[in-house]
Amino acid sequence: MPENQNFNPEDGLPISKVRAGKVSKYKIEHFVAPLDETPLQAVDSVKETGKPLSMWAEAWRSLRKQPLFIISAVLILAVIVVAAFPQLFSSQDPTYCALENSNEPGRAGHIMGFNLQGCDIYARVIYGTRASLLVGIFTTLIVVVVGGALGALAGFYGGWIDAILARLGDIFFALPLILGAIIVMQLPAFRDNRSVWTVIVTLAIFGWPQLARITRGAVIEARDADYVKASRALGLSRFHSLVKHVIPNSLAPIIVVATVNLGVYIVAEATLSFLGVGLPPDVMSWGNDISLAQQQLRSNPMMLMWPALFLSVTVLSFIMLGDAVRDALDPKARKGA
Amino acid sequence: MTETATPKPLLEIKDLAITFSTPDGPVHAVRDANFTVMPGETVAIVGESGSGKSTSALAAIGLLAGNGAVSSGQILFDGEDIAHASEKRFVELRGNHIGMVPQDPMSNLNPVWKIGFQVKETLKANGLAGDNPKERVAQILADAGLPNPEVRAGQYPHEFSGGMRQRALIAIGLACRPRLLIADEPTSALDVTVQQQILDHLDTMTSELGTAVLLITHDLGLAAERAEKVVVMYKGRVVEYGPALDILRNPQHPYTKRLISSAPSLSAQRGDKHEAIVDEIVPGKVEPLLKVKNLTKIYDIRKGFGKKEKFTAVDNVSFEILKGTTTAVVGESGSGKSTIAQMVLNLLDKTEGEIVFDGEQIGNLSEKNLFKYRRRVQPIFQDPYGSLDPMFSIYRTIEEPLRIHGIGNAASRQKKVKELLEQVSMPASTMHRFPNELSGGQRQRIAIARALALQPEMIVCDEAVSALDVLVQAQVLELLDELQREMGLTYLFITHDLAVVRQIADNVCVMEHGKIVEQGTADEIFDAPKSEYTRNLLGAIPGASLI
Repeated sequence: MPENQNFNPEDGLPISKVRAGKVSKYKIEHFVAPLDETPLQAVDSVKETGKPLSMWAEAWRSLRKQPLFIISAVLILAVIVVAAFPQLFSSQDPTYCALENSNEPGRAGHIMGFNLQGCDIYARVIYGTRASLLVGIFTTLIVVVVGGALGALAGFYGGWIDAILARLGDIFFALPLILGAIIVMQLPAFRDNRSVWTVIVTLAIFGWPQLARITRGAVIEARDADYVKASRALGLSRFHSLVKHVIPNSLAPIIVVATVNLGVYIVAEATLSFLGVGLPPDVMSWGNDISLAQQQLRSNPMMLMWPALFLSVTVLSFIMLGDAVRDALDPKARKGA
Repeated sequence: MTETATPKPLLEIKDLAITFSTPDGPVHAVRDANFTVMPGETVAIVGESGSGKSTSALAAIGLLAGNGAVSSGQILFDGEDIAHASEKRFVELRGNHIGMVPQDPMSNLNPVWKIGFQVKETLKANGLAGDNPKERVAQILADAGLPNPEVRAGQYPHEFSGGMRQRALIAIGLACRPRLLIADEPTSALDVTVQQQILDHLDTMTSELGTAVLLITHDLGLAAERAEKVVVMYKGRVVEYGPALDILRNPQHPYTKRLISSAPSLSAQRGDKHEAIVDEIVPGKVEPLLKVKNLTKIYDIRKGFGKKEKFTAVDNVSFEILKGTTTAVVGESGSGKSTIAQMVLNLLDKTEGEIVFDGEQIGNLSEKNLFKYRRRVQPIFQDPYGSLDPMFSIYRTIEEPLRIHGIGNAASRQKKVKELLEQVSMPASTMHRFPNELSGGQRQRIAIARALALQPEMIVCDEAVSALDVLVQAQVLELLDELQREMGLTYLFITHDLAVVRQIADNVCVMEHGKIVEQGTADEIFDAPKSEYTRNLLGAIPGASLI
């Protein structure tokens, strides 16, 4: 617009545009609100009331109000108590089996009846909790430590470490968990020493790449944050900034995935035991009981139902807990607050 | 001026109250708001974040967040109360009666559809596509000032720069010739020169079409320049409205006065109080604290198949900073200014050139000397939400540098943290809090306290106040100025905002495409800019010419 082309009086050069503001053709009243309606407050004053809350404390506060969390936490707590002190819940000896009771229905003192061998189903279900829970907890621990450490190193340092770990993870990823586990469990070293621990190790071998990937993603996100840059400018070494700043800030997704996976590992153990390659037959577990019950499905379906029900409820509780924790830790959900 | 009959307002907000229901109880975002928009008039709503300015405007187009609702009052659009209108009615209104230009050009275009398709979609939704939609789309994009509209229509959003995306969004907003256009901070994410072009263009288009504009902005200078009427909001209430120039020159409400005195684009140069220190230093006699000489940074950009292309981010840059002074490096996005900051902080390796700090070359320092250097030069970063570790309490955040450098014991460190908090005018009780409980300005003050913990000689501020509201920005700038006078600090101040530079800097380097195009004292740059580029930058500061 040429009429707006002005020249600087001092050096005669054009000023790109001088804007003089607009004047309305309508009459505009000048309104001022009375001051007492909106008293001025200090600029950016600091809130001094209320208890200070860390991110974890805040997550806990929102978590403990969630029904999903309360239900799953109560159930998990119950399962843990049962696993630790089975004798409190059943006066029967699960190894005392009398063939005279074979396939007997439930009666007083034996509410769930007996299996083919004449063992008390209720007692076996109660005592079987421990093996299942042990597999779930220890597999998760190993997976979090190994997968988490490798994922964090890969994500933080990148380059060739990342490339090697990523390919290695891909190889394990490509094998379906159950198929891979069946093969590993058939290896002589595993086949001859079958115990809870061989199952744990097998599941961990196939479980770590998933956690490594999740950790790697979370670490990459945190590693470029300004607070990491700031800590390096303060003089912190690369490794220390990984340990002190990056990893604590990557924990949330790891916790969520680990909680959900704990349930998944319990199912995997049951599946392997069901297929006869998991826990040895002398270890009482839900998977073994389901496997045994399978042959009696037509004559005594309750024998299969009870361990399956316990298994489902336990796994469901862990998955629900994971969901509840995810909601509480989700950074997107808390952004607006 | 003489209207025979009082014209009917296009949009009339009457005693509007908007309430959001949250888990912690209802939040009254807007209370008793009253203002009108006449046909063809531009009205600006000004306020800080959380003042309710966007909420009021979004209510007029039925786009409040799910937990928000108009709790009382009326929104009259052309005489019809749409405060509680049905979604169906809003769908009819949106597009051809009320258009909208959203704030963030980066996230408001769908990345998987071509620009042309997204414009056509709007036309179709309002039944205006006509017989030859392709031609119509090209015409609309051309009207929005996009060159080669036919080609541009076939491109995806990622092929557009921020300014071009905003033009495309304006094109979409105006595609159906609405009578009212709501522009929510349309240029806040853009460089000033691009902002100027876009707003000029918006002005031209809306005055041709006779569209009324409701402009939402935090920048009073911009509001006064672009609107006939300004509405100032504070804490959910309208505290003042009136003719734009009248508000700017004759503010009545204390909040408006406060806004005007804090706005960097409207205020004068750095106060005289600082001159005294600068005068004592005679250039030439004193060795500069920081000397940057022929600094160059070249990046290799991978082009696939092992091909590489060189990109020069910083090109042969030289400047010096005397002790106790502030040098600002100003430039638009992509000018390489932040790259310089990172190289000075030794967080990024330089390609060529020298950085000399207090007589010592930076860049080939040994591990031990680098550690010592870190103690003397500290950064403050742009994003107050990203620069503090959310897992660390404020105490641990400020204590961290002391711990890293093994200064004092637990008791003396705690005393020091309290002192530092006091220096940045935060109560000592803050130290038990966590960053998520503090506002942006408060976090930035914590970042300053952390930077001061090691008693550094120089602080590198990388866009340290760019993300803050004007009032908070003024407060932080004042704090930096005070600390400089007390402790003789030296600042390297990186910013895109020339208006802020005037408030803080002694010397200025203006950068464009990696090169320094002009450098001199702040007064020289502002009063007698030599390069065309600097003049354009200065001319683009909104509102400066109005006072």
